Amino acid sequence: MIGLIHYLVVSAILFTLGTVGIFLNRKNLIVILMAIELILLSVNINLVAFSAYLGDLVGQVFAMFVLTVAAGEAAIGLAILVIYYRGRGTIATDDVNRMKG
Amino acid sequence: MIQAIAFYLFAAVVILSGAMTISSRNPVHSVMWLILAFFNAAGLMVLVGAEFIAMLLVIVYVGAVAVLFLFVVMMMDIDFTQLRTEVVRYAAIGLGLGGLLAVEVMIAAFAWNEGKVDLARRAAPIDATVPNIQALGQLLYSRYLFLFEAAGFVLLVAMIGAIVLTHRERPGTRAQKVARQVARRPQDATRNVKPAIGQGVEL
Repeated sequence: MIGLIHYLVVSAILFTLGTVGIFLNRKNLIVILMAIELILLSVNINLVAFSAYLGDLVGQVFAMFVLTVAAGEAAIGLAILVIYYRGRGTIATDDVNRMKG
Repeated sequence: MIQAIAFYLFAAVVILSGAMTISSRNPVHSVMWLILAFFNAAGLMVLVGAEFIAMLLVIVYVGAVAVLFLFVVMMMDIDFTQLRTEVVRYAAIGLGLGGLLAVEVMIAAFAWNEGKVDLARRAAPIDATVPNIQALGQLLYSRYLFLFEAAGFVLLVAMIGAIVLTHRERPGTRAQKVARQVARRPQDATRNVKPAIGQGVEL
């Protein structure tokens, strides 16, 4: 029988894949954004699984808010990416030094 | 039984496509694998009875976010092979840290136990007789109404932010200026003249 722990393990693996993806594609900003989407997806799986197995609907409400923030984050991130590419002609993260931070 | 088979199928595909998302050479393939991951995560959520969140995942992620990624990837003319030159340099530390994180999270997951919270004391107990979408709607539009409105504002701000960031005035183009056209009055634009015969009109 599939229990809560199965979902937690899937979610943990997906979260790890997201963080490893940030390391593997350190120069490619687009894939870093996709890795962040994977991390948020794993959080959503966690929230929904807890909600279902503990019999509390609030987890699904929170999952919806996480979804909202993820959509906004993707839009803003890609907008920044587009204007950065327009100015520089590259998206390599090593070259991001315009603000001298 | 069928539920277990479906779970293992969805879980295996979601993990496989997550791995392919971060390891593909071509970002377009990455987006495709990401879409597959979202679909299978939606399947996982359907299995535990969260139909609304699952459908939202398909609509929002596959329909909007992934297509947005695809647009951006295809819009840019980038040499992606050059971006992958230093993969090996960070692969060891990345995989090491990732493995450590996975082990830690799984230890935490296995050490967790439910405790004895009785059903009546939960924030919003799931009623099996009410459909998932109806129950979620009743909760969202009553107790979490202000949070729901705030989520709408987050989306509005994100939309305005994306437009403000990417909008640009192009020099050298002749865009229509509606305000100037509307503000133009007949007395500014025309004049009545009565030229003498043989004199013509001075402009």
